[in-house]
Amino acid sequence: MHVSEGLLSVPVLLSGTALAAVGVGFGLRRMQVDSTPKTAMLAAVFFVASLVHVPIGPSNVHLILNGLAGILLGWTVFPALGVALFLQAVLFQFGGLTVLGVNTLTMALPGVAAHFLFRLIYRPGRPPWVAFWLGAVLGASTVVLSGAMLTTALALGGRAFLGVAVGILVAHVPVMVADGLVSGAAILFVQQVRPDLLGPVQPEMAP
Amino acid sequence: MSCLGYFAGNSPVHRLDPRVRLLGAAALSVVTAISMRFAVMLWALGFAAMLAVLARLDAHLLVRRLLRLNGFMLLLWIVLPWSAPAGSAAAGDGTALPEAGVQWASAITLKGNAIVLFFTALVATIDPPRLPCALKCLHVPEKLVHLLALTIRYTDLIHDEYSRLRRAMRARAFQARFSGHTLRTFGYLIGLLLVRGMERSERVLAAMKCRGFDGRFRALDGFALRRADALFAVVAYLHAGIWIWMEQA
Repeated sequence: MHVSEGLLSVPVLLSGTALAAVGVGFGLRRMQVDSTPKTAMLAAVFFVASLVHVPIGPSNVHLILNGLAGILLGWTVFPALGVALFLQAVLFQFGGLTVLGVNTLTMALPGVAAHFLFRLIYRPGRPPWVAFWLGAVLGASTVVLSGAMLTTALALGGRAFLGVAVGILVAHVPVMVADGLVSGAAILFVQQVRPDLLGPVQPEMAP
Repeated sequence: MSCLGYFAGNSPVHRLDPRVRLLGAAALSVVTAISMRFAVMLWALGFAAMLAVLARLDAHLLVRRLLRLNGFMLLLWIVLPWSAPAGSAAAGDGTALPEAGVQWASAITLKGNAIVLFFTALVATIDPPRLPCALKCLHVPEKLVHLLALTIRYTDLIHDEYSRLRRAMRARAFQARFSGHTLRTFGYLIGLLLVRGMERSERVLAAMKCRGFDGRFRALDGFALRRADALFAVVAYLHAGIWIWMEQA
């Protein structure tokens, strides 16, 4: 979910960039030096995931998966998605320099929320369907939240943009469904294969 | 390192110092983004187009990039003229030309294209491995630079891995549809990429540690400013300055 260049008003661009910078700074401070390769690897996975197209009727949508990224990365999702978005701008056509901050903020902040909700609800050893539906619901609602933030950012530029914003939001309903179910299945997979990635394995679980 | 598809080449723009290009792109896009005058936007678009020509960008790739952007702009042209704030256009319900909306849509189209062209011509032409070094020289935090450098590398790796898995899926007659089966399969695919990526990153960290990794980013190639770099910097900042002056005039 990206907003194009030239759309947003100057105050929105400025405050978005400032808030994103704060988030990236905070995320970097939380990121231990030793987890740099891990974070980079996850950023790369989410970059590549955005190349996965799900066909819908005659058209298709690409995955966003910022909820999944948030669940796995926590606050570090800010620098990770910021870097991924910058690379996307370098390699493809999404956005440019001035919207980088706003895009990072709208993608990463809901991801952080998903992270804390996931940590709050999920406990290791829960049955697989809990992991799946938790991932699916959080994945889908992250997309909704990002869409809502984007809509707000657009609407702040003037009432006239509401039409455009609503159009974007409606276009994202299939993305929401696809993203949610894919996130759920991915969480399920990770839970089965590497449960430690979803949170600290509790010591009392050890025999 | 073969990074997916940056704009490789050996044009005068490619030979400019990456630091100068990054700073120039930042200044030019910011001034364009805040512009309110059509003269400035048109000039910016012209200057950006000139840089794109000088950089001898691959026309096919560039056109695809711009088509994506302008496909979205088309939506704006459809929506904005009919939803411009009341009172700004000539009075009358729908009878008068929705001028404000048209002006608005054209401003956005001009700015968007100019900024994307600046970015493509100046930043997307930087050799990916040199990008982190240039950012480090510009005092971007070391951790972020490191993250970027590793992400550039891993994007290639993960993309290879992804292509391989998709090939394997195709060999098993997988066809993407909008169905539960497709979405679950894609979920497992992403999950597999995540798990393999994590395991690889653990091995990479171990290898980095045994070579004395301490979190510092050491740039191997130094940059030296040449006369062309200084000339470009002067021209770029002169433009930015003139545009700001035109805004206020």
